[in-house]
Amino acid sequence: MTQDPGTAMTKSGYFTDLHNWLINEDFTSTKQARLHKAYVAWLSLLANPLAFAGFAVVITLVIIAALAPVLTVYDPYGQDLATALKAPSASHWFGTDEFGRDVYTRVVYGARTTLYISILVTVIVAPIGFVIGASAGYLGGWVDVVLMRITDIFLSFPSLVLALAFSAALGPGIENAVIAIALTIWPPIARLARAETLTFRHADFVVAAELQGARMGRILLRHIVPLCAPSIIVRLTLNMSSIILTAAGLGFLGLGAQPPMAEWGAMAAAGRKYLLDAWWLTTIPGLAILVVSLAFNLFGDGLRDILDPRNA
Amino acid sequence: MTMIKVDHLAVSYGHGDSLIRVVNDVSFEVAKGETFGLVGESGCGKSTVLGALAGRNRQWTGSIRIDDEAIGQKRSISQLAKQQMVFQDPFGSIHPRHTIGRTLLEPLEIHGKDNRQERVEKALKDVGLPLNFRYRFPHQLSGGQRQRVAIARALILEPRILLLDEPTSALDVSIQAEILNLLKDLRDREKLTYILVSHDLAVVAHLCDRVAIMQNGGFVEVATKAQLLADTVAHPYTRVLMDGSRGYVASRRSVGVKAS
Repeated sequence: MTQDPGTAMTKSGYFTDLHNWLINEDFTSTKQARLHKAYVAWLSLLANPLAFAGFAVVITLVIIAALAPVLTVYDPYGQDLATALKAPSASHWFGTDEFGRDVYTRVVYGARTTLYISILVTVIVAPIGFVIGASAGYLGGWVDVVLMRITDIFLSFPSLVLALAFSAALGPGIENAVIAIALTIWPPIARLARAETLTFRHADFVVAAELQGARMGRILLRHIVPLCAPSIIVRLTLNMSSIILTAAGLGFLGLGAQPPMAEWGAMAAAGRKYLLDAWWLTTIPGLAILVVSLAFNLFGDGLRDILDPRNA
Repeated sequence: MTMIKVDHLAVSYGHGDSLIRVVNDVSFEVAKGETFGLVGESGCGKSTVLGALAGRNRQWTGSIRIDDEAIGQKRSISQLAKQQMVFQDPFGSIHPRHTIGRTLLEPLEIHGKDNRQERVEKALKDVGLPLNFRYRFPHQLSGGQRQRVAIARALILEPRILLLDEPTSALDVSIQAEILNLLKDLRDREKLTYILVSHDLAVVAHLCDRVAIMQNGGFVEVATKAQLLADTVAHPYTRVLMDGSRGYVASRRSVGVKAS
């Protein structure tokens, strides 16, 4: 346990009881066993300041995206040409863009786009990557060869080039950008899932399940998923930043989010024309991309220490 | 009554040029309630015979009858429940991220059994573990406790046969006796039939009624427990194994040399 006894002592009665209940390994219910695991993970996250900072930024991002209308007074799409390209001031914290839209408002609404893209890509990629990789690892033989060569083909292209090709073929737009990014992100997940599956494929507990009559689907879902999940979650979290950067890159090139949608990459691209006169148009969305990608990376690194015992 | 009848069993691994035949032409019968031992040096094929009986290794020829039913290479789910296996290494045979309760529920869900909670509690009780262990993870258990869990998992499907693959060799000497006595009690109470693979003749003599001594994929001799205890085994290889299991005993001649 990373918790030092001093912190527990300073907690008041109820929290001490709760702490003791959570830390005690003499479980009386499955719920307690689960909560214990979550609590220990939380304590080790607290013990790692950088990872915790990343986690805090990610949580802040989620809160900002959820509360965007509360946090802003302007309309992200409301144009006011009279106030175009105004420098940051008390009424426009991050200034205004070439159509007089408030940059602060658009950055806040842009958090929604960023989260939308990264969550959607993750939700698409995790099951596909796992199923392809785990089936290849579990079945072996020609299934493995076929699936892994397909994965190799996808891996052999630089991801931004592949995403560019797909979104150019599918047409611009945020949904197509999501599909394009998902197509470039799944191969490393599949590789990882295959490697993890191979290490457990012939473990005695998998053989025991087979001898009890468990089918492949059950073994993959019940036995292999809990073992692969930590490394896949870590990998996906670390991938978040590259998803965000690729999405921003596609937006920057005009293939991702389309105007007037608020998206950080597209905002940075639009501000490029006024870079010398209005630095805030490119700088603020750029900083947002930087901070969020960095936060996901730090959080992912910390998660690896927490979830993946081999690296701890 | 015969529980297991094996005729001309041959098992191999690999395909084509790399095909290796590990077990040649083995035949034996095991009566209901009997414990049949398989002993021999590493690589003699004893675990492979067990694997073929369990359904783990499907590359076999010959015939296997279990409970008067001919078994094919592919088994039905009720045929799988007839025999269950206990593995050598209790640290590798239980899913590290499942609680003990989850581990015990898993076979019940696969076989669609009812009264699952009662069955889990009964299984834990049968192997002498406290009921609150069901909420624990394997890493919170000792080796002996894990082996008890492995035995509980094997028993929860109410099999007729337990296949024991060196069930005590990864355990402390003091724990070995506990597990062996547990297995003995369970056998007598549940009228189970055991096949026990071991290279430890003391373990075999403690539990088995008859022992097959294997060498190079075949049986060299099937000895009874009385023969082992009275040291009247026939085959020279069995004698070598028995001498080996005694550990270091100074031979008469070297003692004589020292004395003179």
